[in-house]
Amino acid sequence: MAMKQIVETKLNGEPVEFICEPRQSLLEVLRDNLGLTGSKEGCLTGDCGACSVLINGRVACSCLVLGVEAQGKEISTIEGMANGSRLHPLQQKFLEHASLQCGICTPGFLIAAKALLDRNPSPSEPDVRYALAGNLCRCTGYDKIVKAVLEAAREIRAAA
Amino acid sequence: MAASTTPTSGEKKFRVIGTRPVRPDGVDKVTGRAKYGADYTFPGLLFGKVLRSPHAHARIKSINIEEAKKLPGVKAVVTGEHLPGLKSESDQVGEIAMNPHYLSLNIFARGKVLYDGHAVAAVAATSPHIAEEALGLIEVEYEPLPPVMTVDEAMKEDATILLPELRNKVTPGKQTNIAGYLQLKRGDVEAGFKAADFIVEREFNTAMVHQGYIEPHNAVGIYSSDGHATIYCSTQGPFEVRSMSAKVLGMEEGKIKVVPAEIGGGFGGKTTIYLEPVSVMLSKESGAPVKMVMTRSEVLRASGPTSGSKIKIKMGCTKKGEITAAQVWMAYEAGAFPGSPVNAGAMTILAPYKIENTLIDAYDVVVNRPKTAAYRAPGATNAAMASETVIDELAEKCGIDPLDFRIQNGAAEGSPQPAGPPYKRIGYIETCQALKNSPHYKSKLSGKNRGRGVATGFWFNVGFQSSAIVNIHGDGTASVVTGSPDIGGSRASMAMIAAEVLGLSVEDVRPVVTDTDSIGHTDVTGGSRVTTATGLAVFDAANDAVRQIKERAARTWERKFDEVEFVNGNAVAKGNVSGSANTPITETGVAPLSLKEIAAKAARTGGPITGRANVNVRSSGPAFAGTCVDVEVDPETGKVQILRATVTQDAGRAIHPSYVEGQMQGGTAQGLGWALNEEYFYDQNGTLRNTGFLDYRMPTCLDLPEIETVIVEVANPLHPLGVRGVGEVSIVPPPAAVANAIAHATGVRMTELPMSPPKLLKALSKPKKK
Repeated sequence: MAMKQIVETKLNGEPVEFICEPRQSLLEVLRDNLGLTGSKEGCLTGDCGACSVLINGRVACSCLVLGVEAQGKEISTIEGMANGSRLHPLQQKFLEHASLQCGICTPGFLIAAKALLDRNPSPSEPDVRYALAGNLCRCTGYDKIVKAVLEAAREIRAAA
Repeated sequence: MAASTTPTSGEKKFRVIGTRPVRPDGVDKVTGRAKYGADYTFPGLLFGKVLRSPHAHARIKSINIEEAKKLPGVKAVVTGEHLPGLKSESDQVGEIAMNPHYLSLNIFARGKVLYDGHAVAAVAATSPHIAEEALGLIEVEYEPLPPVMTVDEAMKEDATILLPELRNKVTPGKQTNIAGYLQLKRGDVEAGFKAADFIVEREFNTAMVHQGYIEPHNAVGIYSSDGHATIYCSTQGPFEVRSMSAKVLGMEEGKIKVVPAEIGGGFGGKTTIYLEPVSVMLSKESGAPVKMVMTRSEVLRASGPTSGSKIKIKMGCTKKGEITAAQVWMAYEAGAFPGSPVNAGAMTILAPYKIENTLIDAYDVVVNRPKTAAYRAPGATNAAMASETVIDELAEKCGIDPLDFRIQNGAAEGSPQPAGPPYKRIGYIETCQALKNSPHYKSKLSGKNRGRGVATGFWFNVGFQSSAIVNIHGDGTASVVTGSPDIGGSRASMAMIAAEVLGLSVEDVRPVVTDTDSIGHTDVTGGSRVTTATGLAVFDAANDAVRQIKERAARTWERKFDEVEFVNGNAVAKGNVSGSANTPITETGVAPLSLKEIAAKAARTGGPITGRANVNVRSSGPAFAGTCVDVEVDPETGKVQILRATVTQDAGRAIHPSYVEGQMQGGTAQGLGWALNEEYFYDQNGTLRNTGFLDYRMPTCLDLPEIETVIVEVANPLHPLGVRGVGEVSIVPPPAAVANAIAHATGVRMTELPMSPPKLLKALSKPKKK
């Protein structure tokens, strides 16, 4: 077993240092080492998107990134999405539109949707479907998810 | 097009039911705080992994675990040797027929492995990586046997036998792979076919598919030195996990507590056990809590997909479109142990229609594939692919609109069911009419290689046992406690039903799903039964609380119980004109007491107020769905694009319409995946070749259009709120609807699932025969 390493990151806006084995994925580090279990494990092959996080603002499957690769990076997870106890408009719209059933894919969808709206505040429906195509949901048929994202975009634009 | 709700009945006025509040567990789920099975951790937690068979069928000659035990960090290694042997017998767990002998053999193989992925041994270690390494140190010597992968192979006279002790009633005393046979018969099919002007006869083959829940199976087992055990896991049926695990482990049921975690999808697949007893075995051996989580590959190889099937069907009708006879032969893959949903397939395949002459032969067949588990309306989707495409052909031959053809032959109140008493009030005709009246069906479809198809489906929906507790808190709010894991928003419905009865706002009712020690027996979250049966228990428990509230008011007023009414959340002395607590002057001269006032004084009027109910709902609320899809077929590649989709469904009564629509849309999406892409692909050695989401291809949001919904509400006469249950039936019609749309786009009738590009391309290149 290779030596454990110290990794310095910015996690949800705060400087965080952690120790991990080189073979641990970022997802494993987040969940098992740091107790941030909001990012979910669905496949470990990058196909389902349930473990999506933002790395320097870009969506990544944290199951395909090693923990040690987070060195010097800014990581955002679902736990950092709300502003204190005020939900992000995406979170609020997911609730209002009943966009989740079992909820296991929800953190990943919210992260991917946030990445989309951060770079494109006025997405079309095909834009949304394209941006979320890396996330699998088996419960909803996606309809209410897509509507919530479009609605959140409208609200964010109106508030800007 | 926005989703619309069109109640066709439902004169009753509700205050909370039928509205769309935010679900009470929602915030935890959008913030990542909700705790799913894999999120649990405990001090000293170990991680367990399972060693699985690389062979589809082989004799186990020896297992050596000594080297694995020596690896630093390994705390326990177990095999089937550590489990008691169980007698082969038929047993019933809720709605699930279960043979403990086979259940146990599925947890750990003994003697033989029966499918690629069959569990052989398990390890617990201080990290998942060490556990994984240790698996590589377990030596298993196999003697490979010929794999039997299809019902055709398995049903041959000289077929290789999977289970040496298996017998059936038809050929008693003979070894067989046919685990069960059911015949359903009515009238005289020969005479019926003689009376027909048109007859269509076809043979269908459908592939094994998986529920595809995003959350893999998981369990944390904690064995205590006093002989008790606690299991935290994601399950649809904590009480079933308890009784099944007790059987397999040889423990008393009362010594196991199952704590249901938030569940990341199940669709029927989480109604049985895999890791749960193993985590307890490893915990007992190591003395520490043991967490186990399947990988996606393990989920696909070794949980419980649903059956692939072979179905032969012959149907006849008159020129005027009256179906005169239907004959069906169907064989479903059970997997390695008996128990495919073929009986449900047989009972549903003709259920939407009134047909005088029917004959159905159904076979449950064991093959070297994982033991199938329930999947949303188990057995009905494969069946509907056959019946609903042949009906489309008959309608075409008669020159009758396919929905009119269904309405003409459709079952209604009083029509005989294929199995069971005549239907009570059902909504099949209304469901077809709603589809016919939908903006989608009324729209014109034009363009090359495009076609429209419709299909319908039936599912029983069940009732069974549920328990509920309604606690009235001192501040006049309430909590409602049930044992039904919430898989798609049912907690919201439970809170709404309690709020409706108690006269509270839904925000003042907190729903709780609790463990097996804290609530009476509650059957699985399955069979579309939660809103029906657990909803009824909540309704009764809330009414039990109301009874107590009235008693307290009667005591306060020194009046008789019969002289007190409960109106809009207030106890009112009979004869009062107003139900408001703020109008102290009334005809009776007694001011109403609000629930809040009564709750505040509960200590002085008799103590806490807690409503309770336990129900066993023996009736069912039959449900129907209809699907319309427009497709475009690419003749170069065989790829089918879904352009538009609409689903109509009889919900009886929609408690929370958004979550009813969600069930309709989700089932439709799964049905479309089943139609176009999803299949278990085994090679000739019986090895599963698509063990990940990359090539077990489920629909993404780019593959699907908006899914339009029309909720039909034909109240279930056997339920006080009219509820029928909504979880399952929407998956039934889509494959047939897509096949019909493809036929209308290309002229080619597909008889295989999935209708994936290679299969469709092959069919398109065949010379057409009419």
